[in-house]
Amino acid sequence: MSIKVTNLTKYYGDFLAVDDITFEVEKGQILGFLGPNGAGKSTTMKIITTYLPPTSGTVVVDGLDVEEKSIDVRRKLGYLPELNPLYHDMNVADYLDYIAALDGIPKANIKKRREEMIKTCGLDTMRDKSIGEMSKGFKQRVGLAQAMINEPDVLILDEPTSGLDPNQIIEIRNLIKKLGREKTVILSTHILSEVQATCNRVIIINKGKIVADGTPEDLQKRSKGESMVILEVKNSCDKNKLTASIREIRSVSKVEFIKDTGDSFIFNIHGEIGADLREVVSTKVNQQNALLLSMQTKQSSLEDVFRELTK
Amino acid sequence: MQNIKTIFLKELKSYFNSPIAYIVMIVYLIISGFLFVWLGFFQANVASLRDYFGNFFIQLILFVVFIPAITMRSFSEEKKQGTLELLLTKPVTDIELILGKYFSALALICITLCSTIVYFIVVLFMGPIPFGPFFTSLVGFVLMSAFYIGIGIFVSSLTENQIVAFIVSVLIGLFFFLIGKILMIFPPSMVSFFEYIATDYHLNIISRGVLDTRVILYYFSMIFLTVYLTKVSLESRKW
Repeated sequence: MSIKVTNLTKYYGDFLAVDDITFEVEKGQILGFLGPNGAGKSTTMKIITTYLPPTSGTVVVDGLDVEEKSIDVRRKLGYLPELNPLYHDMNVADYLDYIAALDGIPKANIKKRREEMIKTCGLDTMRDKSIGEMSKGFKQRVGLAQAMINEPDVLILDEPTSGLDPNQIIEIRNLIKKLGREKTVILSTHILSEVQATCNRVIIINKGKIVADGTPEDLQKRSKGESMVILEVKNSCDKNKLTASIREIRSVSKVEFIKDTGDSFIFNIHGEIGADLREVVSTKVNQQNALLLSMQTKQSSLEDVFRELTK
Repeated sequence: MQNIKTIFLKELKSYFNSPIAYIVMIVYLIISGFLFVWLGFFQANVASLRDYFGNFFIQLILFVVFIPAITMRSFSEEKKQGTLELLLTKPVTDIELILGKYFSALALICITLCSTIVYFIVVLFMGPIPFGPFFTSLVGFVLMSAFYIGIGIFVSSLTENQIVAFIVSVLIGLFFFLIGKILMIFPPSMVSFFEYIATDYHLNIISRGVLDTRVILYYFSMIFLTVYLTKVSLESRKW
């Protein structure tokens, strides 16, 4: 149930979409594929799902090469393509029955599987509704139901939560997490919080190349971002004197006055990499007889990592 | 085989869920009914059944216009909606998908052609029964439809745009239809070649009441060619 991608390269004519990438995903992993638009996420997924052949390199799904054993690979896959294509003139039940039949589910089980998927994806009230008339969120659920109806070992989801409202996003994420325990899941997204919430591994891809690979926490730590403290003090003190005294601290590189809220001053205090500024800053605040209202350290987020790596 | 059946049934159902099937069938019934009377079937003329099948307008409308109207969306709509990617990542081969779609269009045409049985029955009551020519003409019509469906499905696999698919299919259909009628403009050495590729040359032979193997071979090779070209067209995504 593993996916093994080795030296995968894909050209569209002269355009290099995927540039010699290698990675492996194991069972139980939920891999988030992160990257700006046009980075090569969808192309990689299209190759894994046998829709497009690689220009060079190999993809092996559960020991089967995607080019040589294309049909056998497809039997193990559930795939939600980008933009979630659906037949708008069909109703949900007919559509899922059709997909189930194409997936090779025995006729006797089709109805049972369809009802299970309708229940899992919260489509009970939509069973007989024409897909074209449904809202984007419900269409997305139909797309997910379609991808999972054959109980695949490997799920490939290209932007699974696009177009959903916040409640639905949480539901779908929980569903993916649940599935991810027994399956191999690859999902692509450009929503960073999604990766943090759902995935236990992230690959950041840019211009066809892998630029980072690890757990979301790993990547966050890897960020070269400086440490920063947001300080709020009562405006009864002298802000220039306070600024000057904080600047005296050796590990502080920059003090920015952000704003005067009317009863307090807010500063951003930048420090050297890895420095913990909280203690020294609060001492200085006390020395200046200023009244400390709040202080928080700002951690570099996955956003920062993403921006750094895909610049 | 199971996959072909699944796709066949889904496609046939979607023809009847859209207005296209009904428009084609009703217009065909009106025109063919009008011609049936106009050609003077009620005189119970044996030759008139052949006139019916050999009629220029019937052929023009059925093959050149109606079949492209039926086939224009078969692949272009899948391409446009992105559902082709969905289908081609299911455990279904390209050829199963093509044949499923192909047979569903053929089935729709056969259902439409069934209406001509009515004329046969009418003639049956009127006088001597020209069973042979009627039967072989019907076979010829089905074979020729099968060829035109092949053209339509192939062209539809080339474009995302249904209208483009329709117009190009009509033009290709017109070429094969009219080539046999303008043979005199070609140099004598090439006449037999153009006569051979013309569709209605074969239809005329077969409607005399003989299932000529050369005719059947012609249609089957044309059908094979168009299905093969469709397969190549679907595979072109991999180039």
